[in-house]
Amino acid sequence: MDVVLLSRLQFAAATMFHFLFVPLTLGLSVLVAYMETQYVRTGDKVWLSMTKFWGKLFLINFALGIVTGITLEFQFGTNWSRYSAYVGDIFGSLLAIEATTSFFLESTLIGVWIFGWKKLSAKAHAAVMWLIAAAGNLSAIWILLANGWMQHPVGFDIRNGRAELSDFTAVLTNLFGWLEFFHVVSGAFVLGSFFVMGISAYHLLKKNNVDFFTRSFRIALVFGLASSIVVGLVGDFHGAHVAEVQPEKMAAMESHWETTANAPFYLFVVPDEKNERNFIELGKIDGFLSLLAFKDVNAEVRGLKDFPKDERPPVLITFLAFRIMVALGTLFILLTAAGWFLRNNLTDNPLFLKIMMFSIPLPYIANLVGWIVAEVGRQPWIVYGLMKTSDAASPISVSQVSISLAAFILIYGLLGAVGFYLIGKHAVKGPETDLVAGNI
Amino acid sequence: MDLQIIWFFIWGLLWAVFFMTDGFDFGIGTLMPFMGKNDNEKRIMINAMGPLWDGNEVWLIGAGGVTFAAFPILYATMFSSFYSALLLILFALILRGVAIEFRHHIDSSAWRQLWDACIFIGSVTPAVLFGVAFANIFKGIPIDANGIYHGNLYSLLNFYGLLGGLLFLLLFLEHGALWLAIRTEGDLHERTSKMANGLWWILLTVALIFLIASKYETNLYDNYYEKPVLFILVLVNLAAFLQIKYFLMQKKYLTAWFSSSLAIVCCTFFGLIGLFPTVFPSSIDPAYSLTAFNSSSSPLTLKIMLGVAIVFVPIIIAYQTWAYNLFRDKVTEKTLSSEQAY
Repeated sequence: MDVVLLSRLQFAAATMFHFLFVPLTLGLSVLVAYMETQYVRTGDKVWLSMTKFWGKLFLINFALGIVTGITLEFQFGTNWSRYSAYVGDIFGSLLAIEATTSFFLESTLIGVWIFGWKKLSAKAHAAVMWLIAAAGNLSAIWILLANGWMQHPVGFDIRNGRAELSDFTAVLTNLFGWLEFFHVVSGAFVLGSFFVMGISAYHLLKKNNVDFFTRSFRIALVFGLASSIVVGLVGDFHGAHVAEVQPEKMAAMESHWETTANAPFYLFVVPDEKNERNFIELGKIDGFLSLLAFKDVNAEVRGLKDFPKDERPPVLITFLAFRIMVALGTLFILLTAAGWFLRNNLTDNPLFLKIMMFSIPLPYIANLVGWIVAEVGRQPWIVYGLMKTSDAASPISVSQVSISLAAFILIYGLLGAVGFYLIGKHAVKGPETDLVAGNI
Repeated sequence: MDLQIIWFFIWGLLWAVFFMTDGFDFGIGTLMPFMGKNDNEKRIMINAMGPLWDGNEVWLIGAGGVTFAAFPILYATMFSSFYSALLLILFALILRGVAIEFRHHIDSSAWRQLWDACIFIGSVTPAVLFGVAFANIFKGIPIDANGIYHGNLYSLLNFYGLLGGLLFLLLFLEHGALWLAIRTEGDLHERTSKMANGLWWILLTVALIFLIASKYETNLYDNYYEKPVLFILVLVNLAAFLQIKYFLMQKKYLTAWFSSSLAIVCCTFFGLIGLFPTVFPSSIDPAYSLTAFNSSSSPLTLKIMLGVAIVFVPIIIAYQTWAYNLFRDKVTEKTLSSEQAY
């Protein structure tokens, strides 16, 4: 094991663990803000107890998201110092802007929200929740513009042996980053709504607090249906942009080996990376890959063989992750559409509720494999076309990274287990009964 | 003035504000096992920082982000050199953060003891290691021409480094005890203010030893000898220390806490002004040292970031001040029984 591989494993562990919590923070914050607004507007205590119940789950999740986010900023310096020195001019400034414009606001206000129920007016307290939701999503813009820059670097000159900023507007308007932002955030909203629908389904199956959980389910359903459609649409645009600016990634996503016009899409494929072909290709649809990638059935789609072997991303992982993501994305649209037709008699459809309950992990998987497509698919580049991952690691010893990697896995594993246990415990317990009865 | 010089001071200020704000959280977390006689007292101590610690911690992200954006070479060299120390700090901060949130979710004394231990470890570790790291920077780091660090975690634990660690810990303990004195009442208030009074003597002694040791262990004083007017900072620093005691005796705890804040900021700047324009001195050869000029970003990035800082830092200070003001009243048993408490 070398420092590069260990650092990649550590970064993958740290980011993926972080990203178990971020999407729920983004999605649930919006739902909780909406519930609290409904409370302020109507004065109906059920809305208040919904705000508090989902808010509590939000806060446990938030705590894990925020502490794991802190290590990420510093890992660029600890583990990827050559990368940081090379691109800090641009990448570092985006992270710093994120901290100044949104992370400060989010972290300061979370304390105000938790402790400020009696110190602020109901309106102001709801406004604080909206600001928390907005700050979280604003964070995502800056982080994804930073990631988008790694995927498709723009607005820089190579000077003094590093990438120096030459056009900040280009960095801010980088289409890759914006497509990532809309894709990631709508994916996070899907996760947030499936979380709420799944837990509500559990209680509806048990006939606990039917009014409370029917309302929760329906709000999440509307939010989830809209987000599922948006995530798919944006994903389609995003895929087309990837085909344009990262053709190797697109070829790996589809395990597409030969450059062809009118490129076919296969429903079932088993890649054979070693022999640069596919073991199995079934369900051929002529021209569909060209259509997906370039909106033109006759367009030429470049195959992996067109690129030097040492510049191709790992095909199998990228391909599988992409297929899983797309399959799940499609499933989310079907499930939420089905929910739309059943929305008025949810409790009469235990099978649907059961499916929704067991679907809670699926958006988590979809979010994580999405990141695998983006990040593994970019390899061997850390900054696409500019710097290879192998040139980016810090000059540190293998033992340092081995120990820290073990510590990351141990600590994150334990805390993650405790965190999900607590979320599960509160989710199963349901809202405080006195709140539901309205006697607060 | 050069952009790099402006950024050198903004960079220092962000670290100083982080030490000033999250410093009292570290102090409280370290004092908790010794001063909290029962669970209620421990909860009062946690709730004294409860609404604020998260916002305080972000100053670290701000300081880290500014290091990355304004001085990427420094960011790369500093954090890869301090790899083990920094990861220990980060793990500690993770433990503290989740412990504060997790602690109150299950009503069992073993459960709470577990997270209390995490709050303690998560507070004392960063307090000491930040001091160790900064004292080592003042002293010089074995980095070569390529910015590669020739040392390990143990080489940071030298006499002067440990003295720095002790100084930081004491600064934060005093700061935390003062914060508790402001936000508690009754018996706990009596004991925390007594603690602040007692700690003050130890703090002053260690601070003086650190000032003297700096003469022998570092080149920090060179800048001061060159421009003796700078010694005003050292005098202000000493005055701030004395004010802590003066206001403590007058039972003006908030003013004492402000004096303590001033002392922390002065201590940070005492070192940074001594270093200037160096930010990361090499102990192998001064020619390998990183300075504000050879480790900075491009002028365009520095300009854009300056615009961002000028607009947003006052806004941050405004809403944080608002939040501090919102939670200015004392934490009592009654507070604990309401929903708005951990």
